[in-house]
Amino acid sequence: MNNWYMVTLVGRDQKGIVSRVTKALFEGGCNLGEASMMRLGSNFGVMLMVGSDSAVSTIESLIQPVAKSLGLMVHIDAVDGNKRDHPQPNVDISVYGADKAGIVAEVTGLLAEVGLNIIDMQTVVAGSEERPIYIMQIDGHSDESVDRLRAAIEPVIAQGIEVQINDIETMIG
Amino acid sequence: MAILEILEYPDERLKQVSERVTDFGDELQLFLADLEETMRAGPGGVGIAAAQVGRFQRIALVDCSVTRKPVPNHGFMVLINPEITQWEGMKVGREGCMSVPDYTGNVIRAEKISFSAQDASGETIEYECEGYEARAVQHELDHLDGMIFLDRLVSRNKDLFRRKVYK
Ligand SMILES: [Zn+2]
Repeated sequence: MNNWYMVTLVGRDQKGIVSRVTKALFEGGCNLGEASMMRLGSNFGVMLMVGSDSAVSTIESLIQPVAKSLGLMVHIDAVDGNKRDHPQPNVDISVYGADKAGIVAEVTGLLAEVGLNIIDMQTVVAGSEERPIYIMQIDGHSDESVDRLRAAIEPVIAQGIEVQINDIETMIG
Repeated sequence: MAILEILEYPDERLKQVSERVTDFGDELQLFLADLEETMRAGPGGVGIAAAQVGRFQRIALVDCSVTRKPVPNHGFMVLINPEITQWEGMKVGREGCMSVPDYTGNVIRAEKISFSAQDASGETIEYECEGYEARAVQHELDHLDGMIFLDRLVSRNKDLFRRKVYK
């Protein structure tokens, strides 16, 4: 596999998206690498690394028929190879509170200032329609202590947002 | 002494159930020394099971005195023919394995365990462990039953109490 592509697919959630997309790529001789796929709101999003000796136009021609029949938007970028390069998280952060504009930018901004590297982040808007709540979960890597991260996030906590920051002590055995 | 080769999944042998140890002679003592050296050579390794080096006997070593942040521990433990007798509480924690390079994942383990095991001379000792050390012991004992942590992976978003992990 000489080339790697990041294939992004977005559309209204329905059954069969993953199986049909991956089947088309596999049958087209592609190698499937790492992927993250999830339902967000009523949409389904796919980010999938695809390895192939072919050019981007070939990948496109493999996906387009399936994407069209499923009503998915497609985006393909050439990316770095599927190297085994997984920084392991050492800190786990969860944040929740009444949904309000700017919460993600503020939380992540303060954490970025103390050098937090976000490895994985998921957010959900839950609660009732009238009183939505925002829930954010972050796995990250930080060279700073948990106490230092907590201090950095203090302005958010002062606004009544709940923040939990815990060390991830990975047990290797 | 020698550093032994670690079996890496998908090597089928990691799924093999280990046999009880009956002979506590010199050959076992030499093996224990090699196994310890192998554990300490692994980056960040706090435990190892004999099955991980292709010796299918119920032997595990655990040493949680070497963690980055100190945790309650019993120091270096040689666990031969170990049997867990009591489990208490459940907790999600992150694990990796020398037999599964470049991956860590979340696993539910009992927070506290009581168990007995024989030491290198064959004498039976009773232990109570908690937290990180209890996690390490459970991880290693899984290897003796042909299980690896990938068999117990959970998503952090999954409801902890809806899943039955221990029978
Ligand atoms: Zn292991």
